[in-house]
Amino acid sequence: MKITVLAPGWQTSVQDGGRHGRAALGAGTSGAMDEVSRRLANILVGNVENAAALEITLRGPRLHFDADCVVALTGAALDGLPMWRPVAMRAGAEIALGTMAHGAYAYLAVAGGIDGAVLLGSRSTDIASGLGTPLTAGNVLPVLDAAPDQSRRLWRNLFAHFAHPPMARSENRDVAPALWSLNPRPWFDLDPGNPIGVIEGAHFVQLADTAQRRLFDTAFRIGGDSSRMGLRLREARLDLREPLELVSAAAVPGTVQLPPSGDPIVLMAEAPTCGGYPRIGHVIAVDLPRLAQRRPGDGVRFAPVSLAEAQTRYLERERALTALKRTIRERLQ
Amino acid sequence: MNPPRIEALGDCALLILCGDGIDASINARALAIAHTVEAARLPGVLDVAPAYASVCVRYEPGEWIGADAQSPFERLAGRLSPLVDNAASGAATAAGFIEIPVTYGGESGPDLDAVAAHARLSREAVIALHSGADYRVAMLGFTPGFAYLLGLPAALHMPRRATPRTRVPAGSVAIGGAQTGVYPRETPGGWHLIGRTTLDLFDPARDPPALLAPGMRVRFVAQ
Repeated sequence: MKITVLAPGWQTSVQDGGRHGRAALGAGTSGAMDEVSRRLANILVGNVENAAALEITLRGPRLHFDADCVVALTGAALDGLPMWRPVAMRAGAEIALGTMAHGAYAYLAVAGGIDGAVLLGSRSTDIASGLGTPLTAGNVLPVLDAAPDQSRRLWRNLFAHFAHPPMARSENRDVAPALWSLNPRPWFDLDPGNPIGVIEGAHFVQLADTAQRRLFDTAFRIGGDSSRMGLRLREARLDLREPLELVSAAAVPGTVQLPPSGDPIVLMAEAPTCGGYPRIGHVIAVDLPRLAQRRPGDGVRFAPVSLAEAQTRYLERERALTALKRTIRERLQ
Repeated sequence: MNPPRIEALGDCALLILCGDGIDASINARALAIAHTVEAARLPGVLDVAPAYASVCVRYEPGEWIGADAQSPFERLAGRLSPLVDNAASGAATAAGFIEIPVTYGGESGPDLDAVAAHARLSREAVIALHSGADYRVAMLGFTPGFAYLLGLPAALHMPRRATPRTRVPAGSVAIGGAQTGVYPRETPGGWHLIGRTTLDLFDPARDPPALLAPGMRVRFVAQ
């Protein structure tokens, strides 16, 4: 089957579980800004977690589906499709996703997964590196065949809705949402009051004393010149004890760099593989999706977290996601 | 040389630090360590990438859980330490040789005159120096296929442009500080452009995708 892009929205791109093992070539991981929402969208349609889905930014696309399929939309709230649940679409269905009032990224997964071009082992678009481009009107996205045994019950129940319209009527007659949905609460958090955990980086101790305090005291604001590559933080310039001359070394998503301007940058999905700026901190992996949902103008506060604590929280999240995945699988099969 | 040190790079990656500065022997050590770690095929290691004086290892913490109180970082670092110590320096540098044809100056190298003025040399002398030197690829980074080369003659060292160009054409041969390199595709860039090559330095559909690899020897040939 195919999905045709009628209008691309603000910036929509194909993202899978990321491009791993190619940093030695200079290619970073890319992948979803909010990786948890992307994984959950796949889980909700019975896909493997790494399947490619659409990442939608701020304003949604208009899409046409040429065959019966099941999709799920997760992430920042959008009009146009019930979220956090499987939704059946009849062949010929069209959806127009609206504009996000809060948050920055939403994910649309389709059962089977999007079959975009595989570049360097991944279907993830890396806009800054020129590996793929955001979608434009007229693009046609092939979809891989869904494994029917993964979600047999789901398909039968959902498509029965078209014959016997359920209680929860959808405005779009070609769309039948599941009556149950996932509670996004533990997985998705838009409250800008909640702090983002940061591990001190190698050059944190090179910050002036006031700057060390400011990193954790300041209500930063996300700059308008932020992108999938990085979020620029405004409100407090941080200064070093003395200028540092560093040799280019690796950077990864989450690395907090301090360029000469003094405004910190948090590198995100499209982090370049190396950089020569001081590494003053690292946003912890479990908080990276939460930070990704902050948009220009939103506030950010950092809280210090130890490496051991960060890894414990990461392992806890992965265990919880595995348990949730099992529960959803049982519902789908 | 001090023994390499391992430090965390956030909670899903670590750095093996081999030394400081842009130095051929330190870089050779980083390449050898990267080669050894890659060859060990440790579970949960997603990516191994060398830089000038360090090696980055990205990993999945869930693969490094143990019964004791050690964190995944501590367990992986403990496993890597003997590998790093045993990596023979210079073992991984037999990585081939390539000649890059370059059209120097003119529209292809709009900053050649500025480099010549800075070096107090003639254009011809700059070209002779740049194309006469033996280079070695230290690392790839910045954008896919961009190689940072060691071996730029000291007379050609020149601080980067104060204001980076928003568009540097693909194939541009450039000087930035003590480094020289070739832009694989059109990107912004702050280095001085002295020439251009028609070689395609990076094609994701090709195998290998990057023309240059860490450890490879490079010469520029004036056209």
